[in-house]
Amino acid sequence: MLRYALKRLLSLILSLAVASVVIFAVIEIAPGDPASFMLGVNAQADTLAALRAELGLDVSKVERYFNWVGGMLVGDFGTSYTYRTPVSQMITDRLWVSLPLALYALTLSTLIAFPAGIYAAARRGKPGDLAVMGATQLGIAVPNFWFAMMLVLIFAINLRWFNAGGFAGWENGFWTGLHSLTLPAIALALPQAAILARVMRSALLDILAEDFMRTARAKGLSRRQALWRHGVRNALIPVLTIIGLQFSFLLAGSIIIEQVFYLPGLGRLVFQAISARDLIVVESVVMLLVFAVIMVNFLVDLAYAAVDPRLRSRT
Amino acid sequence: MSRNLILGAALSSLVLLAALVSFVWTPYDHAALNIPAKLQPPNTQHWFGTDHFGRDMFSMIMVGARTSIAVALVAVGIGMALGVPLGLTAAARKGSWLDEVIMRGNDLVFAFPSLVIAILITAVFGAGAINAIIAIGIFNIPVFARITRGAALSLWEREFILAARVSGKGAARISAEHILPNVANLLIVQGTIQFSLGILAEAGLSYVGLGAQPPTPSWGRMLADAQTMVSFAPHLALIPGLAIIVTVLGLNLLGDGLRDWLDPRIRVARA
Amino acid sequence: MSLLEIKDLSLTIHGTQILKRINLSLAPGKIVAVTGESGSGKSMTALAVMQLLPNGADAEGLLQLDGQNLLNQSEAEMCALRGAAIGMVFQEPMTALNPVKTIGDQVMETILIHRAVPPAQARARAEEVLARVGLPTDRFPMTRFPHELSGGQRQRVVIAMAIALRPRLLIADEPTTALDVTTQAQILDLLKGLVTEYGMGLLMITHDLAVVAGMADQIVVMRHGEVVETGATEHLLRHMQHPYTRMLFEASGHQVNLPVAPEPRPLLEVENVVRDYRLPRKRLFDAPGHHLAVDQVSFTLNRGERLGLVGESGCGKSTLTRAILGLEEVQQGRISLDGQPVFTGHKPNLAVRRKMQVVFQDPYGSFNPRHRVARLITEPFHLLETPPTGSERQDRIAELLTAVGLSPDDSSRYIHEFSGGQRQRIAIARALIIQPELILFDEAVSALDVSVRAQILDLLVELCETYDLTYLFISHDLSVVRTITDRVLVMQAGKIVEQGETEQVFTQPQHPSTRTLIDAAPSLPEIGQGAA
Repeated sequence: MLRYALKRLLSLILSLAVASVVIFAVIEIAPGDPASFMLGVNAQADTLAALRAELGLDVSKVERYFNWVGGMLVGDFGTSYTYRTPVSQMITDRLWVSLPLALYALTLSTLIAFPAGIYAAARRGKPGDLAVMGATQLGIAVPNFWFAMMLVLIFAINLRWFNAGGFAGWENGFWTGLHSLTLPAIALALPQAAILARVMRSALLDILAEDFMRTARAKGLSRRQALWRHGVRNALIPVLTIIGLQFSFLLAGSIIIEQVFYLPGLGRLVFQAISARDLIVVESVVMLLVFAVIMVNFLVDLAYAAVDPRLRSRT
Repeated sequence: MSRNLILGAALSSLVLLAALVSFVWTPYDHAALNIPAKLQPPNTQHWFGTDHFGRDMFSMIMVGARTSIAVALVAVGIGMALGVPLGLTAAARKGSWLDEVIMRGNDLVFAFPSLVIAILITAVFGAGAINAIIAIGIFNIPVFARITRGAALSLWEREFILAARVSGKGAARISAEHILPNVANLLIVQGTIQFSLGILAEAGLSYVGLGAQPPTPSWGRMLADAQTMVSFAPHLALIPGLAIIVTVLGLNLLGDGLRDWLDPRIRVARA
Repeated sequence: MSLLEIKDLSLTIHGTQILKRINLSLAPGKIVAVTGESGSGKSMTALAVMQLLPNGADAEGLLQLDGQNLLNQSEAEMCALRGAAIGMVFQEPMTALNPVKTIGDQVMETILIHRAVPPAQARARAEEVLARVGLPTDRFPMTRFPHELSGGQRQRVVIAMAIALRPRLLIADEPTTALDVTTQAQILDLLKGLVTEYGMGLLMITHDLAVVAGMADQIVVMRHGEVVETGATEHLLRHMQHPYTRMLFEASGHQVNLPVAPEPRPLLEVENVVRDYRLPRKRLFDAPGHHLAVDQVSFTLNRGERLGLVGESGCGKSTLTRAILGLEEVQQGRISLDGQPVFTGHKPNLAVRRKMQVVFQDPYGSFNPRHRVARLITEPFHLLETPPTGSERQDRIAELLTAVGLSPDDSSRYIHEFSGGQRQRIAIARALIIQPELILFDEAVSALDVSVRAQILDLLVELCETYDLTYLFISHDLSVVRTITDRVLVMQAGKIVEQGETEQVFTQPQHPSTRTLIDAAPSLPEIGQGAA
């Protein structure tokens, strides 16, 4: 088990290292010098040099890469070119919106998908199954940002149950904050829940065809008991993979959804940074997103080992 | 032939047909402004209504289908053209350093959602439809590499592959002659699914301004334009959204239908 | 008073007739064996008793357990009977257990689902039962997971689950088919012991007549969903009435006469071959383990000789086969055919490959489903410098298909249009088409029904006469090897422990493990031979 975890950890560190090189290299290709962009065309040569030194642009590329990575390791993401404030501060502020939103959506999606998938698998071919399958087929086809607009139209503009956009802030109380993230979370969660429910169903159906399910029935377990006691845990193995993958979709999706609801999250930050050519912010936000995805996949790998004893003892 | 297959094929061909016809005919010029006729709800003259510049929505939807299909199709093409050979190679050299490098590379690309790739490209080169194609295409490579490798690995264990090896055939020849034809069905099905995901991704990227730029019409941007007017002209948001849903639904149904139809195991089980 | 009484039981699945008015009865403490070839409906009979039939199944007739008609029981009532009154053991021990639960939990589950007892009591009973089936908890803790046990041990766990509540009826569906002969003998002994000890009735489903003859009190022979003959074992074997029973019995012990082998001249020489596999480390800083699959193996196969290679699973015979075929490189030693090495450097030697072909076990996995027979059987032409083309190619295809008992017209058909036996014929045609000097038969008849197997063995003898075959026949089935080879090698734990003239080895085995192997193999009693 320890060996397995260490192996995964090593692969996690390696992935992060390669990812950081790729991101840094891509940003480096960008034409133009941030300092001259910030000061405009008429800048004095010595002001320019001073700003370049302040931004850490006056050293070689290799050195700059290590400064960037080394800084991130201690929580220093550099200074924004446009706002002249620490990037880490900007990111932290936005993370308090984006991360709760992604987690909220993941929770909703799992809470909807598991019962729906299990229900459909248990009633394979019956009307209940067909209804779930039809609904999920539609759910997959709906773009989440369009769904978000429809939710706004119905629940904010017409029914006035929610605000059409903006974030109330956690300082006004947990429930107020959560309330303003509810529509965005639903918009994110439902299409993902549709996918997850289908995966759950088909994983369960595969398990139901296994020999050991027949053994369980031969012991005297009813169909339902066999499904719950022997099916669900085994079906979790493929489902976990999808949950891991979905996290990256949720993160990406939340960037788009933030646009619909005017939420001050990472998505807003990154789009503002792109239009202001504030590349250090773009670079750091992208690295953070990639870090989150790689980290979640690492956790999924560990979760596998918890579910599947074969993995635990093999290594 | 299942119901899924027929319905899916019908919806997909409808969208494809609209895109093709738009090259020679649309009810109106999709770019022609007609301010007096702005924001009309669907009516007999303008079947899908008009937008805030009085442009005919039906014509814009037809032309927008072109963008969606082109972007998604090329992206799937990139994913297949690079991913399938990588997957075949990894499977043929299972356990070697080459396999390891390909699979680790795959995992790495999976850590970059296509939106993140698009953000990076846009930050560096500026926005455009090509960005969307590249971003979605790159994300498709590991999808096809992984599915090809998985299917190929189980085939390599089969005795008919051993028989081919005993007949002196090399890995490349076996991959082309025995492995590829036997994974083709799977790739067609996955290709359909990725196509539909590509349509969704393209719409999302255009919506946030990372995809096709004006004046190229696109469903995602139509939705972005509609956002401020949704309260008094809901058809501006409803219609492009429904166009996306119909296309994606059609492709997904087609994929499911094809899988059932092409998979001999399922066919036997049903007989 | 019988325990299980089946009267005029008929079964349809989605309208297809599976069982036709079958009759069977089983008394407590007795063993009834249901036997027949694939498609005879023997397994469906077992599932019908359990009422675990697939969807769309419709049964009618009488299926009584202690006077209670199981066909009239509700699903809830059946759940109460399954595991408590009726236990069942399945064929595939490798997949019959839930991989994510411990063996202790799985055995305890049978008890807890039926009896409202405290867990401690269930645990004690599970421990007792596991010890009874040969898995005492001091050596096999209940916290083990299935993947930590061998196939035979897993089958013992399945048996423990089935007998934990001392059911009145035990059903065993091919319980030893997936196991090695020595393990098979132990499991059969265990089942027999349990029947006497608990006074259970055992309904045993098996295709293996030798197993049946050794343990059943009664035999039921089935074919195409019908019972063709029933009787007390001794009596039935002595006076077989139905021609099908006689055919089955004859085919099970089918003997062939090989043409005389020519003077020995070496063809395949294997010298001191070693193949070692690295295993992953068990713990972080341990040295990586290794598994010596083939350990200093040497033997010679002469031209025109039919050599057998027997051994239990995991003895290294598959690795050796792959090494001979040049599919896998060996670390030490030399394999040469006609004086030429199989590997030159790290590349397989094409000149040697040209002289070897192989027939595999699985008639369903041996062919690319997308190619027609003509293309399938001409694949080895790839080895030739100038493969025949045009009419010459056509003639070769026609000749070979005829030689293996098929028609030249079959060349344009796809593989899924053929039965298992026909596919094995096509595999033989493919192996013969470049007239190799050596053919390897890798468990080539192991997946076939006995009657088909007998036909393929006859075909081999016929081909030996026309083509002067030299072959290495790899099999776990001693009775087949005994009749189809001149000489035999016995392999155990990577080593060849004994070799010699086949009859000699079988009648006077020298090595103890050869003796164990031969003693464990169930054999048909002599009494039947006369009647056949």
